[in-house]
Amino acid sequence: MTHVDGNALAGTLVDVLGFDSTDAIGECAGCRHRSELARAHAFVTAMGAIVRCEACQGVLAVVVRTPTDVHVSLSGLARVSIARRVSRAPRPPSP
Amino acid sequence: MAIINRGFGGRRGTSDPRLPPGQTLVGDWPVLTAGPTPDISTDEWSFTITTETGVQHRWDWGTLHEVGVEDVVTDIHCVTHWSRLGMPWRGVSVDRLFEDVETSCDFVMVRTHDGYTTNVPLDDLLEGQAWIATEADGEALTAEHGGPARLLVPHLYFWKSAKWVAEMRMMPTDQPGFWEQNGYHLRGDPWREERYW
Amino acid sequence: MTAGFRAAWHVGRVVSRRAETRSAVRLEIEVPTWPGNHAGSHLDIRLTAPDGYQASRSYSIASSGPATRVVLAVDEVLSGEVSPYVVHDLREGDELEVHGPLGRYFVWTPEDPDPAPVQLIAGGSGVVPLFAMADARERQPHGTDFRLLYSARTPDDVFFASELGALTKTRVDIVHTRRSPLGSPRPPGRLTQESLAELTFPAGVAPRIFVCGPTPFVETVSRWLLELGQDPARIRTERFGGSG
Repeated sequence: MTHVDGNALAGTLVDVLGFDSTDAIGECAGCRHRSELARAHAFVTAMGAIVRCEACQGVLAVVVRTPTDVHVSLSGLARVSIARRVSRAPRPPSP
Repeated sequence: MAIINRGFGGRRGTSDPRLPPGQTLVGDWPVLTAGPTPDISTDEWSFTITTETGVQHRWDWGTLHEVGVEDVVTDIHCVTHWSRLGMPWRGVSVDRLFEDVETSCDFVMVRTHDGYTTNVPLDDLLEGQAWIATEADGEALTAEHGGPARLLVPHLYFWKSAKWVAEMRMMPTDQPGFWEQNGYHLRGDPWREERYW
Repeated sequence: MTAGFRAAWHVGRVVSRRAETRSAVRLEIEVPTWPGNHAGSHLDIRLTAPDGYQASRSYSIASSGPATRVVLAVDEVLSGEVSPYVVHDLREGDELEVHGPLGRYFVWTPEDPDPAPVQLIAGGSGVVPLFAMADARERQPHGTDFRLLYSARTPDDVFFASELGALTKTRVDIVHTRRSPLGSPRPPGRLTQESLAELTFPAGVAPRIFVCGPTPFVETVSRWLLELGQDPARIRTERFGGSG
């Protein structure tokens, strides 16, 4: 297995941030490349997930799950831009 | 939610009393990939020990081998719970590389060719506890496993045995390397199950 | 911007399980609290062992829309932690924890105003989210042209074979890499840049392109598409890993 991409981190981002941000635009702190987080290269192993810039391979983010915590480093992301949007409310239970 | 999936046990290896706590024995050698695999030829390979005063001791592929490569048979333990027992390696003892190094520092930051770092106390790298390893399982170390050479310090969790090792930099205090900054234990002794912060 | 379905943890119950290919099963899971999902999205299945050990993996959803019935097609990864259990041990009536719907980037919605044709390119089990898109298009009375190029090893490895054959709004081309169907005019062989060019909308019609499959497939196909003049801003990719 080599790498996957940021699509694979959607569930983790929901757990950590409360919403799915794979379509958010991230800017690489190293090379300034801007693209959706879904396009980043994700190296996911049992040690954690290392998210790398698709352009320069610099580390954008690191996610480590331990039994008690989730540690998220976003120091390789200069900024993240998230489009404002409407979410549909959960459907009411059927009668 | 308390959904238990009947019959799910996870991919667990066999338990063994020779193993540290929480480890299971596997028969293969899993590769954990953190980034693109560096392509380093032995022609361009070097390893450097840099002291706190900036003095550099440097070996290339030839001079490393002149120091003397020895056989090592050892157990390795990955923090992701797999272990191998009695694994054959060949490498140059770090003791030999430190013979002429003058330092008053007790800690080392290990740096690799792809920018990875891990910190190790100097005491854990000496007294026959560490090697710059060039062969594993009877073959030259493959690139995916850290070849041409990786650090081997098997009494600590295997993330400390940095692949594509390039440099050891002396430091006066123990500073966290890459994984140690991101939730993993500063020292990583498997027998004390020092996995996380 | 597409309205989203908020992701959450849900408990579902397996209501149907059957073999899809030699190595994959099709599951229908009833998730009473499911808000609905867009075509292309996925969910995470989390398994918990009796001793508390947990593992989770992502699986693309083959269905879309407001329904609480979620369809998955899960291929077994032999050394995997989760997929062997899902393929061999899950039974109808079993409960399952799922997290979703997930994925806001690799989705296609019938409300999409872009009139350009849509090109779907699937490698192996990468066909699952793309089938969801073609199926969503099928239920639309009017919409844009769709094509699906699907690379599979043999006819026995084709997911949703009968459904694909019945699609009227998507032109489906299957490239078999190891064994072709009897009487097929095309001998087996890996997809090439030439056959890719032959079987996809040309750059001139500025298609929106979705590519899904194992990482090497996705990256090779993406590179070929750029060399064929496709606009990188109109190509979306989803890479599958092998750790299942």
